[in-house]
Amino acid sequence: MQDLIDELGRMPGVGPKSAQRITFHLLKLPREDALKLATAIIEVKDKVTFCERCFNVSEGPLCGICTDERRDTHVVCVVEEPRDIVAVEKTHEYRGSYHVLQGAISPIEGIGPEQLKVKELLGRLDPEGVTEVILCTNPNIEGEATAMYLARLLKPLGIKITRIASGLPVGGDLEYADELTLGRALEGRREVE
Amino acid sequence: MGLYRENAIVLRTIKLGEADKIVSLVTERRGKVRAVAKGVRKTKSRFGARLEPLTHVSLQLYEGRNLDTITQAETIDHFRTIREDLDRLSRATALLEAVDAVVQEGEDDHRVHQMLLGALRTLEAQSTPLVVPAFFWKLLAHLGFRPMVDACAGCGTTDALVAFDLIEGGVLCRSCARGTRISPEALALLRRILGGDLVSVLSEPASQSGYEIEHLATRAMEHHLERRMKSVGLLT
Repeated sequence: MQDLIDELGRMPGVGPKSAQRITFHLLKLPREDALKLATAIIEVKDKVTFCERCFNVSEGPLCGICTDERRDTHVVCVVEEPRDIVAVEKTHEYRGSYHVLQGAISPIEGIGPEQLKVKELLGRLDPEGVTEVILCTNPNIEGEATAMYLARLLKPLGIKITRIASGLPVGGDLEYADELTLGRALEGRREVE
Repeated sequence: MGLYRENAIVLRTIKLGEADKIVSLVTERRGKVRAVAKGVRKTKSRFGARLEPLTHVSLQLYEGRNLDTITQAETIDHFRTIREDLDRLSRATALLEAVDAVVQEGEDDHRVHQMLLGALRTLEAQSTPLVVPAFFWKLLAHLGFRPMVDACAGCGTTDALVAFDLIEGGVLCRSCARGTRISPEALALLRRILGGDLVSVLSEPASQSGYEIEHLATRAMEHHLERRMKSVGLLT
């Protein structure tokens, strides 16, 4: 039992106390329910790999988005992690393809472009006839550095490079907006139609 | 105990739990402080971009048993020019990494904050290649590791100084020579950096001796820290 508590305690956001609570909960469960969880974990580990084209999580060689023929392959949205795809997909605003870098350039951690899927992105541009690359990395220092690096790399290739806008969150308060965000929001203002 | 106010520069941030961050700061009066910023990673956080690395902020903190908690933050300067230029950003990160590695928590060091702020302001105004090495040398000198540049560290002679050795901590003459070779131009540059002629050094264009000094500065910093400087030259 202690083994299970220790293992659960290593999950993100689960402390020793919650690990203990989950363990006791599992003990109380009927055998089938507990097995269902165990098999689900095994299946995920066995079946899910990374998509060969975009490095999203996938159950086959290509992910669901790459195999979907209705999607526009001429536009590539570059994100840091597969969970960023989930966030963008939720907007229902985007119908193009993706590319997951699996991280961001972080000089302070010593993570450079070689550790990311940058070469793979370059390799996709020509064969897929990409006309626009959307740099959709996080608006923090690592994400901005990554976006600037990619922009510098891709600009000479004559492809349209765009960066997602920075602005104010809907439902937010102007009073609490920081100067950097508010400044960019003003800079990227739009004419009202 | 209780609340206190501080001006600080954000050195780096580490994710903590679901939406929090531990922010590493170099403050004006208390040296290095590590503090928790609750909820900064949420898009609607009232801190917003104020606690991103490189920002010069005015903070209100609450003293905790282990880590302090940031309760309010206001930007003094967010160094936008540095942020939006890859070369400057990469240089600025090297400065932040060095300060983060060199300064220990609880050390009551007022100078480092001033030095870093000065270097960042210089970088904001002009993207000069010598900011990083000059800052490294100045920082090492401030910490008490000022290299010997006027006389041989081995025998004390002032003639024919041709090499620089990190273990001896200075230049060496031809008969004591060990370590790296140093050109007379680079040595002159190093003397000017350490001797208070910084402003004119920084306005000089990139040169071979500048490159030499840069390489040596990184090695000296690494030698002192006993670890590799990760951010130097990563993006160039």
